[in-house]
Amino acid sequence: MSDAVISASGRTPVRMEVNGVAETVYVEPRWLLSDVLRHQLGLTGTHVGCEQGVCGVCTVLLDGVLVRSCLLFAVQVDGHRVTTIEGVTPDEGLSPIQASFQRHHGLQCGFCTPAMVLTAEALLRTHPNPSEADIRDAFSGNICRCTGYQFIVDAIRGCSEEER
Amino acid sequence: MATVLGQRLRRKEDPRLITGKGQYTDDVQLPGLVYASILRSPHAHARILRVDASLAREMDGVLAVYTGEDLEGKLGTIPTAWLPPDSDIRTVPHSALAVHRVRYVGDGVALVVASSRSIAEDALDVISVDYEVLPGTADQEIAMKPDAAQLHEDAPGNVAFHWQVGHAPDDVFAHAEVTVRQRIRQQRLIPNPMEPRSAVAQYNESTGDMTIWATSQNPHIHRFLLSGILGIPEHKVRIVAIDVGGGFGAKIACYPDEALVAFAARELGRPVKWTESRREHFLVTTHGRDHIEDIELAGNRDGTLVGIRVKVLANMGAYLSTAAPGVPTILFALILPGPYTIPYAAADVYGVFTNSTPTDAYRGAGRPEATYLLERMVDLFAREIGMDPVEVRRKNLIPRHQFPYHNAMGLEYDSGNYHLALDKALEMAGYEEFRREQSRLREEGKLVGIGCTTYVEICGLGPSQVAGAVGFQGGLWESSQVRVHPTGKVTVFTGSSPHGQGEETTFAQIVADRLHIPMADVEIVHGDTDRISMGWGTYGSRSTPVGGSALAVATERVVEKAKKIAAHMLEIGESDVEFDEGRFHAKGAPGRSVSFQDVTLQAYLAWNLPAGVEPALEGRAFYDPVNFTYSFGTHLALVEVDKDTGEVELKRYIAVDDCGRVLNPLIAEGQVHGGIVQGVGQALYEGAIYDEDGQLMTGTFMDYAMPKARFFPTFETAFTETPSPHNPLGVKGIGETGTIASTPTVVNAVMDALQPFGVRDIPMPLTPERVWGAMQKGGMEA
Repeated sequence: MSDAVISASGRTPVRMEVNGVAETVYVEPRWLLSDVLRHQLGLTGTHVGCEQGVCGVCTVLLDGVLVRSCLLFAVQVDGHRVTTIEGVTPDEGLSPIQASFQRHHGLQCGFCTPAMVLTAEALLRTHPNPSEADIRDAFSGNICRCTGYQFIVDAIRGCSEEER
Repeated sequence: MATVLGQRLRRKEDPRLITGKGQYTDDVQLPGLVYASILRSPHAHARILRVDASLAREMDGVLAVYTGEDLEGKLGTIPTAWLPPDSDIRTVPHSALAVHRVRYVGDGVALVVASSRSIAEDALDVISVDYEVLPGTADQEIAMKPDAAQLHEDAPGNVAFHWQVGHAPDDVFAHAEVTVRQRIRQQRLIPNPMEPRSAVAQYNESTGDMTIWATSQNPHIHRFLLSGILGIPEHKVRIVAIDVGGGFGAKIACYPDEALVAFAARELGRPVKWTESRREHFLVTTHGRDHIEDIELAGNRDGTLVGIRVKVLANMGAYLSTAAPGVPTILFALILPGPYTIPYAAADVYGVFTNSTPTDAYRGAGRPEATYLLERMVDLFAREIGMDPVEVRRKNLIPRHQFPYHNAMGLEYDSGNYHLALDKALEMAGYEEFRREQSRLREEGKLVGIGCTTYVEICGLGPSQVAGAVGFQGGLWESSQVRVHPTGKVTVFTGSSPHGQGEETTFAQIVADRLHIPMADVEIVHGDTDRISMGWGTYGSRSTPVGGSALAVATERVVEKAKKIAAHMLEIGESDVEFDEGRFHAKGAPGRSVSFQDVTLQAYLAWNLPAGVEPALEGRAFYDPVNFTYSFGTHLALVEVDKDTGEVELKRYIAVDDCGRVLNPLIAEGQVHGGIVQGVGQALYEGAIYDEDGQLMTGTFMDYAMPKARFFPTFETAFTETPSPHNPLGVKGIGETGTIASTPTVVNAVMDALQPFGVRDIPMPLTPERVWGAMQKGGMEA
């Protein structure tokens, strides 16, 4: 952990590893991680849906664990590792989970999709072959208003079966 | 070449969205960008005595604060763009920021622009407003009472409009053997697309150009209306909506917020961004539904339905939003007889001002309200005469040979095969077997029920002449431009404005099919008024039947011209040219041919074109449909109610929809799934609640229950295909069918399950508390 110093401009340096790259950003202590990712680091693949931790649209991985980036201040992740949708996207093409979302039409407007993909990453890491009920439970913290969820479930099942 | 139409093709738009590279409005970053925040009324109804923004204006980082009075004479009012005829409608003034008086919790009072969003929000806290709180109500029935507080001087009795349609005289009901009556409350819903509304405006002082990035379902309508509000000529306003994160009707309206952002950008000479918080979305973005309906349905004991009439109190909120007056009138009442041969139908609709968020279109817009009341009434009627509700439906569905069919309100249903969809759904469900099983389970004390809906909906809005006749202040045709480049690659410019429905794929299918080129060679451009000549946008299940048809016609025009050039190249008559497998060849001599790409190159080189043929290769169409088109279908739900808790479990859901020709089954199924969940949301979970003082009690996702993945089983869906006879693709609409059908389907199923308790109706949403309460009141042990 670095020493938090509030500079004359009222900003604190935060050192974190974002998608494998060491970053130092100067933030106001009250700035949310979601806003810093989007507007300081330009990682606009992380979206913001409610800023209350309910809709799940802003989900990212913190040291590999799912978190709501709207419920964390950026200063809280000093010294930690953050993974966003940009970090799980290969240099070319799509990851197996992303490809499965496309194959199964697991998205419509796409706004909740980056969070859905990261949630799927986390689920499949611990449950390589989840049942339909497992998947529906695992996604109970992610609201999608478009798809009716069925093709998201299919995308995850399709991916787990393919990997097996 | 096998046609790509009808194939389950994966979507072209997906890779950018799945990788987080979509371009939503809040993603826009510009040099010198500043941020707007809006102070909103905490009171449902109050006089503004004084606004003191001096402290806010002095804050570091605050560029400007504007109040309603500051904007007077500088910014036009927010218009209403649907004025139903013969309705005495009162289009009351709606200022972008309230002047002297606020009329709902969320009404804008002041605009702050600052160097950061957090400073702008801090500044809101130090603006001091003295209010004199006035009595008010968010309930339309209370608002109509003689002693109710009046919202607008020009609307006595708080009546925004009174509109009547149809003919269902008393003697129809007097002579019918059975009349069932019911009051139904269509609760208020909050659209909640996952992307909040947002706007970014940039004004170029040297050219006078205003660019507004906005979350819009209809950028050209926004350009047209904002041009008037801002007083900037239309050709100097550009609206851009690249990726839009869901709309469901909530991104149709022209709101004060976009106008304020643009106003500030021009005043300050800086680009300005505003993005609503979810809390603001709940308070300010238009809500849907909210009817109180008193309904009578008459019929005879043999199951024949003879008449329906309804009196509706439609809650319009504090002001009339852009399309709002058309929703509980035209889009609701004209489809009241539904898919049945009901000879008499009438609706008597009051639009009522209340101290609540303005309502407007929400997925289905009017058609879900009509379908819900009709399908609930049919079930009550069936129960009254002791007939299976499915049999009542079968008996009254319009027979196939009667199409085109004129319903009792004068709509001409273009085509249909309603019994086919019904039979298919019943077969998928195993209906007969289920009824036997249900009797057995009831004896075991289990509360299981099956619900049915047969529906028809108005899609493909609509012929412009009809739009004019019903008071819509715009056209409803659609534009399409197909630009073939010298190498044979194609850019399509469409006036449709998809925001999740997948038209970058289905529209590319239409072009690839007709030009025999790969899908990858077609790019669909939408959502930018500078790139697209004109468009009326995406709503009313119109994109594929109207925008897609425009594209089909424009593409045919490309083929026609290409044939002329090919004939010249092949030195044969134009009528001797055939276009097949991507090549133009002489009839009967397939070896003598030129490729599509050979022709496109020649069109641009123009070294040797036939006489009278201009260079280049483009097709353009401004397509105005001759009629609406009418999707239909049958949905069935199987539910189990927990006797101890009142919780409803949706065990099976079967949907058979007919949207004419299906261009991409994968995308069509996705639309059905999403629609079902949204409709079930209304049936079981969602509902906006105001308290007596007009405070919204369901103002966050913690209080307003959104449907989640674990609430649902795997849906069983199928299509029948009865083409529309009047558009070149034979297509209808599929974006709203699920929402229209699933609400009554699920409620009918729950009421069926509760029959042993003698429960007749439960107001939506059917929460465990309400269902349990109804069972207790019914008092009968199963």
